[in-house]
Amino acid sequence: MADHGQHSVPHAPAGEFDDMELVHPKTFLGKYVWSQDAKVIAIQYGVTAIAIGLVALVLSILMRLQLGFPNTFALIDPASYLQYVTMHGMIMVVYLLTALFLGAFGNYLIPLMCGARDMAFPYLNMLSYWFYLAAVLILMASFFVPGGATGAGWTLYPPQAISPGTPGIDGGILLMFASLSVFIAGFTMGGLNYVVTVLQARTRGMTLMRLPLTIWGIFMATVMALLAFPALLVAILMMLCDMLLGTSFFMPEMLNLGEQSGHEGGSPLLYQHLFWFFGHPEVYIVALPAFGIVSDILATHARKNIFGYRMMVWAIIIIGVLSFVVWAHHMFVSGMNPYFGFLFATTTLIIAVPTAIKVYNWVLTLWRGNIRMTVPMLFAIGFIFTFVNGGLSGLFLGNVTVDVPLADTYFVVGHFHMVMAVAPVLVVFGAIYHWYPKITGRMMDDTLGKVHFWVTFLGTYAIFYPMHFMGFAGVPRRYYGYGETAYIPDSIQTLNAFMSVAAIIVALVQLVFFYNLVRSYFHGRQAGPNPWQATTLEWQTEHTPPRHGNFGAELPVVYRWAYDYSVPGAKQDFLPQNMPPEAVEADDAAPRRSP
Amino acid sequence: MSMTVSLVFLAVLMAVFGGWLFSYSFRVRPWEAQAAGSRQVQGLGGGQVPPAATAPRVGLAVFLAVVTSLFALTISAYLMRQEMAHDWHPLAVPGVLWWNTVCLVLGSVALQLAWRAARHEQPTWLLRGLLAGGGLTIAFILGQALAWRQLQAAGHYLAANPANAFFFLLTALHAAHLLGGLFVWSRCLFRLQQGATPGAMRQSVELCALYWHFLLLVWAILFVLLLRT
Amino acid sequence: MAIAIAVIVLAVGSVLFFFFSPWYLTPLASNWGAIDDTIQITLWVTGAVFLAVNLFLAYVIVRYRFNKRRRSQYDPENKSLEIWLTGLTTLGIAGLLAPGLVVWASFVAPPEDAHQVEVVGQQWHWSFRFPGEDGRFGSAHNRFIDERNPFGLIDDPVGQDDILITAPHLLLPVDRPVKMVLRSKDVLHNVKVANFRAKMDMVPGQTSYFWFTPTELGEYEIVCAQLCGIAHFAMRGRIEVVEQQTFDAWLAEQPTYAELAERAPGSPEAGEARYTSCAACHGAEGQGNQALNAPKLAGLDAWYLERQLELFRSGARGTHEEDIYGIQMRPFASMLPDRQAIADVAAYIETLPERPLQASLDAGDPERGARRYRTCANCHGQQGQGIRATNGPRLAGMPDWYLERQLQNFRQGIRGRHREDPYGNQMIEMAQVLVDEQAVSDVVAYIMTLPQPGGEMAAVTSAAREE
Repeated sequence: MADHGQHSVPHAPAGEFDDMELVHPKTFLGKYVWSQDAKVIAIQYGVTAIAIGLVALVLSILMRLQLGFPNTFALIDPASYLQYVTMHGMIMVVYLLTALFLGAFGNYLIPLMCGARDMAFPYLNMLSYWFYLAAVLILMASFFVPGGATGAGWTLYPPQAISPGTPGIDGGILLMFASLSVFIAGFTMGGLNYVVTVLQARTRGMTLMRLPLTIWGIFMATVMALLAFPALLVAILMMLCDMLLGTSFFMPEMLNLGEQSGHEGGSPLLYQHLFWFFGHPEVYIVALPAFGIVSDILATHARKNIFGYRMMVWAIIIIGVLSFVVWAHHMFVSGMNPYFGFLFATTTLIIAVPTAIKVYNWVLTLWRGNIRMTVPMLFAIGFIFTFVNGGLSGLFLGNVTVDVPLADTYFVVGHFHMVMAVAPVLVVFGAIYHWYPKITGRMMDDTLGKVHFWVTFLGTYAIFYPMHFMGFAGVPRRYYGYGETAYIPDSIQTLNAFMSVAAIIVALVQLVFFYNLVRSYFHGRQAGPNPWQATTLEWQTEHTPPRHGNFGAELPVVYRWAYDYSVPGAKQDFLPQNMPPEAVEADDAAPRRSP
Repeated sequence: MSMTVSLVFLAVLMAVFGGWLFSYSFRVRPWEAQAAGSRQVQGLGGGQVPPAATAPRVGLAVFLAVVTSLFALTISAYLMRQEMAHDWHPLAVPGVLWWNTVCLVLGSVALQLAWRAARHEQPTWLLRGLLAGGGLTIAFILGQALAWRQLQAAGHYLAANPANAFFFLLTALHAAHLLGGLFVWSRCLFRLQQGATPGAMRQSVELCALYWHFLLLVWAILFVLLLRT
Repeated sequence: MAIAIAVIVLAVGSVLFFFFSPWYLTPLASNWGAIDDTIQITLWVTGAVFLAVNLFLAYVIVRYRFNKRRRSQYDPENKSLEIWLTGLTTLGIAGLLAPGLVVWASFVAPPEDAHQVEVVGQQWHWSFRFPGEDGRFGSAHNRFIDERNPFGLIDDPVGQDDILITAPHLLLPVDRPVKMVLRSKDVLHNVKVANFRAKMDMVPGQTSYFWFTPTELGEYEIVCAQLCGIAHFAMRGRIEVVEQQTFDAWLAEQPTYAELAERAPGSPEAGEARYTSCAACHGAEGQGNQALNAPKLAGLDAWYLERQLELFRSGARGTHEEDIYGIQMRPFASMLPDRQAIADVAAYIETLPERPLQASLDAGDPERGARRYRTCANCHGQQGQGIRATNGPRLAGMPDWYLERQLQNFRQGIRGRHREDPYGNQMIEMAQVLVDEQAVSDVVAYIMTLPQPGGEMAAVTSAAREE
């Protein structure tokens, strides 16, 4: 709604961002703190998200300590355990992955890959980050209020989220609501930018069907997030009314540890419908950018075009759209009308088709390629393997009957960690190794990167694969301890201890990554403008790292799609998107490609 | 199922977007390079953005889609809660809402006139239009507050019944969006005060007017909903 | 190369892990073999796809590894390959979905001849209701729940013969389909028995259901499968599947709503006479006697006293060989002839005057204990006053030496392990939250600082120690 005087010239040509006025501050604060440069905002988002992600990582280790070695640590009582569960989940899903993929990668890559000077509304973009930071700080504050953070599970189901017997029903849950609301407001500002920039600010020749899949993934995820987050906002507002004003949107007649609560007639299932209307798309909000990024990493490092580009684009869109009509598969055993099970099992399994196509196309991209086994490529392959595993276990949970015995067991925990925790995080790492040279001008260390990859990839598999079997055995999730449960064999405890040790090792190896990140910044090999010989526009900038405004005096003009690797007839191994057909040197040794 | 309301909205949105994309991707062979003279290579936005779709307009459209999603979901929740509950006592909508509705319609008309004035470089009419539009909107919000007070006085407390709670929730959400609009409106007035020309204001006034029309539409839907149930 | 080997090893290893790991579905004990079949089908299909995709991936990685002299093949699209893959995937998905939907159709439709049991969930306890002779449940509503009417039954003639089972132990006849009608008093719960496969959330304000036919005799543990707060992990129950005759005999012993309502309350006057044999150890005013290891009784609620006396009498408490003082208590409890006698004594003890106690131990730090106590507070109350609804007795005002001993007994399974002592079972889980003896001392020291009935704060020794 803010006015943008610079575009208000009557009949300005559409999306004429070429001569867009950029704010060029002179002071350090203006350049690096109150910056309106999407790249700086991206770094701010990234650093904040990773910092908060580390908190969530520590929480997960605390959980694993309790599960692996129960009743050993005086610090961890049942209330703390539930708080760790809740905060770990919420931070990882919303504050780490959503913010990292859209806020950090989105901000860095959208303008560069689209060939724009900056985001469409830079001021709003800056505000978006500060809102996000405020949301993170509010969330952190909830650890320190009386009663501590909320322990209602990341789904925040009423009635328990605001009823006695759950930790953090005083300040913790309120701060959670506040933080999420601020996050949503901030995200909306950022999201408007990402969408409008992709739609409007593409450079000359950058047609929709020439966009790199990274941009498609981020774009579709943003659209989904913009439409899905309101569901969470509405749900939060209504629960807040129930909590503070005594309304009964979600709260039925019930007892609070023996006392009548005074609510009447509300429906806890209504909340679940709203929550999962947000919550399920949220899964794909995390997954789609990962899909996009991994496609580009695979193509670049296999020196081959992405296989079936159009199919890939449409698969992203179809997955995005379908993800809005599958939400109730999270509620098969929620007590809703069981007949919905037929509908939602069907829609859920349909979504497996475009997802499978994506997997095939990734593998087929490698097929007949010339695979350079770089660190980003390792992470990309690790992603495919992990994602195949997680995707297939989803077929158990999406199929209503199969879900019944497995719901609320460790099978679910194993599944969603594979598919929306480990898989996207592997992509995040791959993407950081891939774009670090552009961001800093230096390469990251290869050996350290490989150590990081192997321990992370194998370690996470050792943590999460066995969880599926605990799920088959019926081990329920969100349990502080298992004590003597008749049907759970003692060997499960041994398994738990093993997974905990694996988790600690994986957490520790992240230190290698951070060491690499910092060390390479000062001592890394000089990267040059295009170390991976990639085609997309961010590698064709005049300066590395790109300056404010991204490109030189002229915006690049795009003549081809993002995947012209190993084009027959061309001498070059790769043709950058902005290379005109006239500039392509013919390779006399090979037959020319048909026009 | 009441979620249909939200789903219909999403379906329409996605159909429009999908259709638009399809029109650009059908029969396109993305791997073919283009020579320097082609249409795409000349225009920004990949040569695919119509001139009328300026960034602020598209930005507003996207934002309105977000707001629509918010209201559609709230309405879904309203219908669902009504279906599920046995304790629903429909609320007699206070008569003052009719007057409020008239205010909002007039406010929308006034902003439309202001937009027209900005296009035709008529500073006086621009100022009048803006003042009338904002004033009528403030009247609307005060009227809503009055309706709340009347309900309270009649014993229809927020917590007494889900119908009441939803009345307060929906009207509050709507009023909050108008307040957000009034913030931008006040910035327009301020800039006008600072001597901005109608031409320079055109963009802002246009966005305000469109936003108001949208909120009027939302109000119309909410009002019908509240009257009907 | 290493990654190709890793992919092969992991893919094959994962499949082998499935075949050779000891962890798989619990033995089936219901009619829902069809659910297991759908799991099997899904396992075979997904397992095959998993192997195929990953082995192909590994092959591709090896075959097309980097070679300076080679170029990738330029290959934007392959329509027929894509159509084939899409078609095959769709077929596979349909093959998974169809059996799932068929089984679901029977899952949602309980058979006509199913008998009904209502399961009521609450924080953190299960109870059950049978419809009684008429086969119909009386109406019930959370609004009417109070201490005397824990099921919230409305004054409804249909409900008079409903059979109420407050202990979390249920018997079901073998080979008879049963429809479980689910209801919650407070938050969401989920009644789950792994061996039966079927489960469903219980939602306050509405009922939900599932059905199954128990097919194997035996005992099965109920766990809660929907996060319901701090003691979610300790919300356990038991279903015994028995022959029809055993079931009928058991059901006949259980009280109906009408019978429960008619039960005479305990009479303090009658209880006074019975109390004389207790007074020798516990003191004439129930003040307790540490020298005789007899705890204070005054201040405890009658419902708790009744429960413990029943446990002693039935041998569910005071039978563990290391529970020396519990063993001493048993013969005295057995002197009470029937339920009414127990109620009388309990009612009398409730009338005894409450006197504050001094702390006798000083090993604990009440400040550290305060943090530990937040777990306890959920059932025993912020002030240690006891909460009937959570079956948590009063703690404030009880002697610290006794609390400490009992907590140690719970931690070591000396008290509360007996299968007929569900709250003891639960307390064992919770007591283990206290990781060592120091933690026990701390929490006991904190309890001594809580306001005691009939007196001021009593933590004299701990206050003195702080100085």
